[in-house]
Amino acid sequence: MNTSGHKNHESPEIVLKMRGIVKTFPGIRALDGVDFDVYSGQLNALVGENGAGKSTLMKILAGVYQPDSGEISINGYSVTFDNPRQAQAEGIAIIHQELNLIPYLSVAENIFLGCEFCNRLGMINYKKMHSETKRILDKLDLHIDPGTVVSSLRVGQKQIVEIARALSTNAKIIIMDEPTSAISEHEMEVLFGLIESLKRQQVAVIYISHKLDELFRIGDRVTVLRDGRLIGGDVLSNLNHDDIVRMMIGRDLKDLYKRDSSVTDREAMRVENLCLKHPGRPHEWLVDHVSFYVRRGEVLGIFGLMGSGRTELLETVFGLHRKYSNGDVYLEGRRVSIPSATDAIKAGIGLAPEDRKDQGLVLMMNVAENISLASLEKIQRMAFLRESVEKKIADKYVEQLKIKTPSLKQKVENLSGGNQQKVILGKWLATEPMVLLLDEPTRGIDINSKKELYQLIDGLTQMGLAIVMVSSELPEILGVSDRIMVMSMGRKTAEFSRAEANEEVILKAALPRSA
Amino acid sequence: MSETINFKKLLSRFQLLIVLLAMVLVLAVQNENFLTVKNIENILQQISINVCLAIGMTLVILTGGIDLSVGSVLGFSGIVMAGFMKNGIEIPSANVLLKFTFHGAVIAGLLTGLVLGLFNGLMITKFKIPPFIATLGMLSMARGWTKLWTRGEPITNLGKGFETVGSGSFIGIPIIIWIPIFLIVVFMIVSRKTRFGRHLYAVGGNEQAAALSGLRVNRIKMGAYTLCGLLSAVAALILTARLNSATVVAGETYELEAIAAVVIGGTSLSGGRGSILGTVFGCLIIGVLANGLVLMGVREELQLVVKGGVILLAVALDKLHSR
Repeated sequence: MNTSGHKNHESPEIVLKMRGIVKTFPGIRALDGVDFDVYSGQLNALVGENGAGKSTLMKILAGVYQPDSGEISINGYSVTFDNPRQAQAEGIAIIHQELNLIPYLSVAENIFLGCEFCNRLGMINYKKMHSETKRILDKLDLHIDPGTVVSSLRVGQKQIVEIARALSTNAKIIIMDEPTSAISEHEMEVLFGLIESLKRQQVAVIYISHKLDELFRIGDRVTVLRDGRLIGGDVLSNLNHDDIVRMMIGRDLKDLYKRDSSVTDREAMRVENLCLKHPGRPHEWLVDHVSFYVRRGEVLGIFGLMGSGRTELLETVFGLHRKYSNGDVYLEGRRVSIPSATDAIKAGIGLAPEDRKDQGLVLMMNVAENISLASLEKIQRMAFLRESVEKKIADKYVEQLKIKTPSLKQKVENLSGGNQQKVILGKWLATEPMVLLLDEPTRGIDINSKKELYQLIDGLTQMGLAIVMVSSELPEILGVSDRIMVMSMGRKTAEFSRAEANEEVILKAALPRSA
Repeated sequence: MSETINFKKLLSRFQLLIVLLAMVLVLAVQNENFLTVKNIENILQQISINVCLAIGMTLVILTGGIDLSVGSVLGFSGIVMAGFMKNGIEIPSANVLLKFTFHGAVIAGLLTGLVLGLFNGLMITKFKIPPFIATLGMLSMARGWTKLWTRGEPITNLGKGFETVGSGSFIGIPIIIWIPIFLIVVFMIVSRKTRFGRHLYAVGGNEQAAALSGLRVNRIKMGAYTLCGLLSAVAALILTARLNSATVVAGETYELEAIAAVVIGGTSLSGGRGSILGTVFGCLIIGVLANGLVLMGVREELQLVVKGGVILLAVALDKLHSR
C-alpha cells in the first residue's frame, strides 16, 4: 500500500459547503455563523479546543441537531436534514467518539442495522449479511467472524466496525470524531492506511482531532474553530504547528495556565497498592497495585489514555468499587476505611466525576440545591432544611467561584458547561474537603472558563487543598500539575516532577506496551 | 417577547387550578346539585382514599420508581385490621387466642402495610428487581393472601371504633376528610422542607450524581416504598371504616387511579420532578370529573372512556409545556 507521499494533484472539488451555521443551546451559543468547506478525496481536519463547537457542527451535518439558521449544500444542491436518516441518504456517515454500536448484537447485525437484507416476509437473510460483512471487513483488514458479538471486541476493533458500517452505506462523506483517542499504535497505523484508501476512492474524510502531529502526517486541509466561531482554514502545508495552536486558543499557551506552586511538605493523602479487579473477568486488573501520595497545596496530575484505569483509580479511592477492590488509603498518615462515597466524603475526599451531566449534577435541580447536595447535614436542624443557611452557603460559593447564574433558583441545566463545572466544584468545597479528585475537569467547556478553572485550582491549593487531577489533555497536565503520574493499562508507569516532565516522556509512558 | 414567556409560565404553573376551576364552573352551571355542601363533602370523601394512595405513589415516582401494589396492600391491610378486630388471631400450637382492641387492630393493619412496603423496597434495592416487576409480584401476592385469609367472605360489623372513624366528624368535618388533609400537610412539609424530601428529588433526578454526592440511595428508595405501603394501609383504614367491613376485592385497580392522579398532577414518571400539591390537584380533578359524570347521568361505561381521555389529554398538555 502506497501510503506515504500520496497527494492528489488535480484541483480538488468542494463536495460540501456549510454557510453561516448558528446553533444555540440553553445558556450557550455553540455555533455562531460558522462556514465550513469539505473537499472530496481529501482529509479535511477540523480542530479546536473542547467546547469550540466541532462536535455540534458535525452533529448538525449528521442530522442529529438542526441548526437555528444557516445553509448546507452538497454538490451544489441545498439540503436540510431533519434526522440522521436523511443525512445518511445523502451519503454522510459519522463515526462517533463514543462509539455508537449496540453491544449485544453481532458485528454483521450492527453494520447492517436499519438496512438489513430481508426477504419478502421480513425475515433477515443472515447468509447474505454475513458474506457481505466479511467482504467489507476484509477490505479493512479486520479478520473477525461477522457473527462475533460486539461487546467482546476491543475498542480499536469496534472503531473499524463503525467504519465498516459507514462504508456499507456507500458514504461519500465520512466524519471521524477523534478516532485515535483510544486505540493502540498498531491500530492507528491500520486506520491511517484505511484513510488513504478512502481518499483514493474520492471519499471526503472530515477528521476531528486534538493531535496536531497526526494531522501533519495524514491531513490535507485544516479548519479551526474557537468558541463557536470560524477562526480560519487553509491547506495544511501552508501552516505550522504553532500557527494552528495560536488560532485554536487565541493567545499563547503560557497565558492560559497559572500555577504558583504552594506545595507544602504535609502529606494529605497516601494510597498504597490500590487494586481493582475487572468485575466480569476475574484475572484482569483495571487498577493494578497503584501507589501514590499527594501533599497539601499540591496538584498531582494523572495522565493516561482511555482504558488506562485513570478514572477507575479515582473511583476506587472514592469508595465506589468496594466489592472488587483492595489496598490502603491514608489521610494525614491515618489509615481510613472507605467502603462508600458517603464515607469518602466524611473522611474529607470529594470527587468531581468525568461526566458532568450523568454523574455530577442533578440537572433539574437549581444551583443552590446542587451546591448543598453533598453537605445537607450542615444545613439541617432536626429533620428540617434551613433555607436561609442553604442560601448563605450557596451564595458564598457562587461568589467565590464566580458562577454566572441569574439566581440561586436557576436550574443548572440552563447554565453553560463551565458554570456547571463550577457548581460541582462548589458542591465539593461546601463539604470542606482535604483532598479533591477531579476527573477531566475541563472537558467540553470553553477556553475562558478553562482559564478561570485553572485559576480556581491554583487558588484552592494556595488555601491548602490537595488536588488530584486526571486529564487526557497533555498541555493541561503540564500546565497545572506540580507532579505528574502516568498510567497505562491499569498500572502506574512513570512519575515526573514538574521540571522533568514534557509531552514526549509522558506519552511514551502512557502508550500500552504490548499490542 | 418576555411578556409572552411569563404569561406561558404563569399559565403552566396554574394550569391544574385553571382546569379544576373550569370544570367546577361548567358543572355548577349544568347541575344545581353540584355546588352544594353535601355534594362537595361527598366528593372529598370519595377522593380521600385516592389522596392517601397517590401521596405514597408520588414519593415513589419522585425517585423514578412505581408501585403497582398499593391496591392489593390496601386490601390485605384492611383484612388484617378487620380480621384482628372481629376474630382476633388464633395460634393453635400454643393454644392461644389473641384479642385486639380497635387501636391494636388498626396499628396491626398499618404495620402490615409498612412491612409490605419495606419488602417492596428490599426487592428493588437489594435484589435489583425493577420496581414495575417487584411491585407487580406484590400486587399478586397480597391479593392472594387476602383471599386465602377470608376464603372469599367479607368481614363485617366491626364495631364502634370503625363506625366512629367512618361516620364521625370533628368541627363539622368528617374524620374521613381530616385524615387526607393531615397527610397532605405532613407530606408537603416532608417533601419540601426535609432532608429526606430533598433526597427523593435528587435520587429521581440523577441517581448516579446523588450516589456520588454521598446519598444513601438504597435507604432513600426503601423509605419511599415503605411510606407508600404505610399510606396504603391508611387508605385501608378509611375504606374499611366507611364500609364498616373489609372485602376481598377492596382496593382492586386503585393503583391505576393513584398513578393517574400523580401524572395529571404533573409529576414526571422518570422521577425528580413533581409535587404533593400537584398530586392533590390530580385527585381533585379526577374526583370532580367522576362526580360530574354521575350527576349528568352519563353511563358507567362512557365514564371510563372519558376518564381515560382526560388522563391522556392532561399528560399530553404537560409534555407540550415542558418542551
